[in-house]
Amino acid sequence: MTGLLIAGGVMLALGLLLSGLLALANRKLYVYEDPRIDAVEELLPSANCGACGFAGCRAFAEALVAGNAQPARCTVSTPDGVSAIASFLGVEAGEGVKRVARLACTGGDDIARRFAHYEGRESCRAAALVAGGGKACTYGCLGYGDCARACPFDAIRLNKNHLPVVDEVKCTACGNCVAECPKHLYSIHPLDHRLFVACSTQMRGKDAKEACKAACIGCGMCARTLPEVITMNQNLPVVDYTKNDLATQDAIQRCPTGAICWLERGGLVVYGAKALEARAAAGASEQQTQPATKVEAATS
Amino acid sequence: MNSSAKTFRHGVHPPECKATADAAVTRIPWPDEVVVLLSQHTGAPAKATVVKKQQVVRGEVIAEAGGFVSVPMHAPVTGTVSAVDLALNPRGELAPAIMIKRDPDADPEAVHGSPRDVDGLSAEELIKAVQDTGVVGLGGAAFPTHVKMKVPEGKKIDTVVVNGCECEPYLTTDYRVMVEQADKIIAGIRIALRATGAPQAVIAVENNKPAAIEAMMRAVPAGAPISVCSLATKYPQGAEKMLSTAILNREVPSGGLPSDAGMACFNVATLAQLGELLPAGRGLIERVITITGGGVERPGNYLMPLGAPLRHVMEFAGIRPDARKIINGGPMMGASVASLDVPLTKGTTGLLVLRDDEIRTGRLEVYPCIRCARCVDACPVFLNPSALGLLGRKARYEDMAEQYHLYDCIECGCCSYVCPSNIPLVQYFRIAKAMLRERSASK
Repeated sequence: MTGLLIAGGVMLALGLLLSGLLALANRKLYVYEDPRIDAVEELLPSANCGACGFAGCRAFAEALVAGNAQPARCTVSTPDGVSAIASFLGVEAGEGVKRVARLACTGGDDIARRFAHYEGRESCRAAALVAGGGKACTYGCLGYGDCARACPFDAIRLNKNHLPVVDEVKCTACGNCVAECPKHLYSIHPLDHRLFVACSTQMRGKDAKEACKAACIGCGMCARTLPEVITMNQNLPVVDYTKNDLATQDAIQRCPTGAICWLERGGLVVYGAKALEARAAAGASEQQTQPATKVEAATS
Repeated sequence: MNSSAKTFRHGVHPPECKATADAAVTRIPWPDEVVVLLSQHTGAPAKATVVKKQQVVRGEVIAEAGGFVSVPMHAPVTGTVSAVDLALNPRGELAPAIMIKRDPDADPEAVHGSPRDVDGLSAEELIKAVQDTGVVGLGGAAFPTHVKMKVPEGKKIDTVVVNGCECEPYLTTDYRVMVEQADKIIAGIRIALRATGAPQAVIAVENNKPAAIEAMMRAVPAGAPISVCSLATKYPQGAEKMLSTAILNREVPSGGLPSDAGMACFNVATLAQLGELLPAGRGLIERVITITGGGVERPGNYLMPLGAPLRHVMEFAGIRPDARKIINGGPMMGASVASLDVPLTKGTTGLLVLRDDEIRTGRLEVYPCIRCARCVDACPVFLNPSALGLLGRKARYEDMAEQYHLYDCIECGCCSYVCPSNIPLVQYFRIAKAMLRERSASK
């Protein structure tokens, strides 16, 4: 009986001592954290995509509370969500420009040639390591869908010609596809960028055209039409987006292959008349175009 | 097989398939045009020193080394430079190259060179002279030979290992070089010994090549500090790290170089070229490759000018209509060829043309890892390919590098070879290395 009492007493004393230590540690080592951070994190979408430039939603919430960022920088939140955060913190929502990922290649299986058949793991990255993947255009999309698998928002799907199509509504410009693509074909663009070079080949003229019917052949017609906006670099036109306001559809009219196109609001891709003709002759199906849901000829 | 023969632990025994072992080296007809890629070696690309329409003589320097870890290029044929432009390389990228149209009237064998006295050179001058020959590791890795000869500060090389193992199935180029050019190899060994300051050299040959062992033994002069060592026939016996264990019983430390184990390792074909080219003051313009496999009509060992398009080579060797796949190199480490427009490079050891019935075609069903640990028992560098493969599948590349020593993987393919679930393990490792390389470059 005494043994039981001693044992019980020791356990009780030990328990009191340790809980006292814990209470002390809680008091002494307490780190104050703004409770608003938790609240703001609750209001964020928890996608942890990193599109805002921070390491995740928590880091972004900390930056918001510290006043180092504006709520609209989160491209995943709905406008309501953004204004909820703004009113909670009592700050301006800021201006969020909707940005999306664009694929600089339209070479689906219907218009781009493959000269070897790849067998192995179904992955662009894996195929690219085996002699480049077997596509005649060594710069082109391989079509095994690494980008679609990397997209946390299900915004990329492959069309029937194994060309990825980005859903502008779902895309949050998180940049996962940019990092994943072994051919580095993705880039992030604000929606109001109109002129877009949908080709990455540095091959020239005949070689490029033999590899892919939609390839940029480096003729420079677009640059000559709109020299203040478009310059040629390594056989490819480069659009100066700081002069986006000067861009007109004239630049795409003389493109013989449709490598440069005009992105209209609502996912509409406009090609020049010459390019549309060439594509129809090449037997390209309408659905292969990217990132469009509809295609139409320019009316200028 | 001699069970007491020196070797390393683990490894595999693939079928040897060395059908071309008895085919003496012959020269193929000259191609009309050659494409000399400026980056055929590991390290910085060479810089072109010729321009379009310039006349070049066979053996003349057409591109200079782009740094210390780089080598110059020499014209493989006499003719006119038709372009300095991008050309398809074996990795499937467009890379800078020099195209030369061969002059059909010129003597194809005539070669430019300025003989030099090798014995009068200091070790430093010798290394520079080795770089000037443009010789790189001809065993496949194409690492510049002079870089291996330069002993890092604070280290000492006590043995030059001469690699005549040729453990890859099908390939017989090193074997033919040993049988036919033993004297040139000895001359190359003397250069390697002087440049590295090593007191002795060991010629390592697998014991399935008795004729090569005999030829090398006969070629070693009496009293020379050169010995011939017969090793067990096992894959990958010809890897530097395996040779170090087998011959010197020393392990190359993780992340280290062979020089950390007091060793410098050169392929026999590399030293044979060096032994011939250096005293003659010439450059590397041709090499021996094996063309074999069931899909080729005239298999054999051929001497060919570098830069010859594979199309030309295959036209000569004859592709059978049922040929299905062409592999650049051996079946274990070689890479598939996607286009016949790719030129021959310094690192091409062989072309393996396989028929449908020689390969497993179609999409191989990949089953889950059953943790049988056959890959663990096969891995010659004692990694855990099973765990690495599972991490690779989940794209946890950093964990592969930090916790499972991804960078010690020599990509020999033993794990993929033994895996009963057909898991493409080496492919996972190559993807992981490529992704990590990209991530560190973008940081």
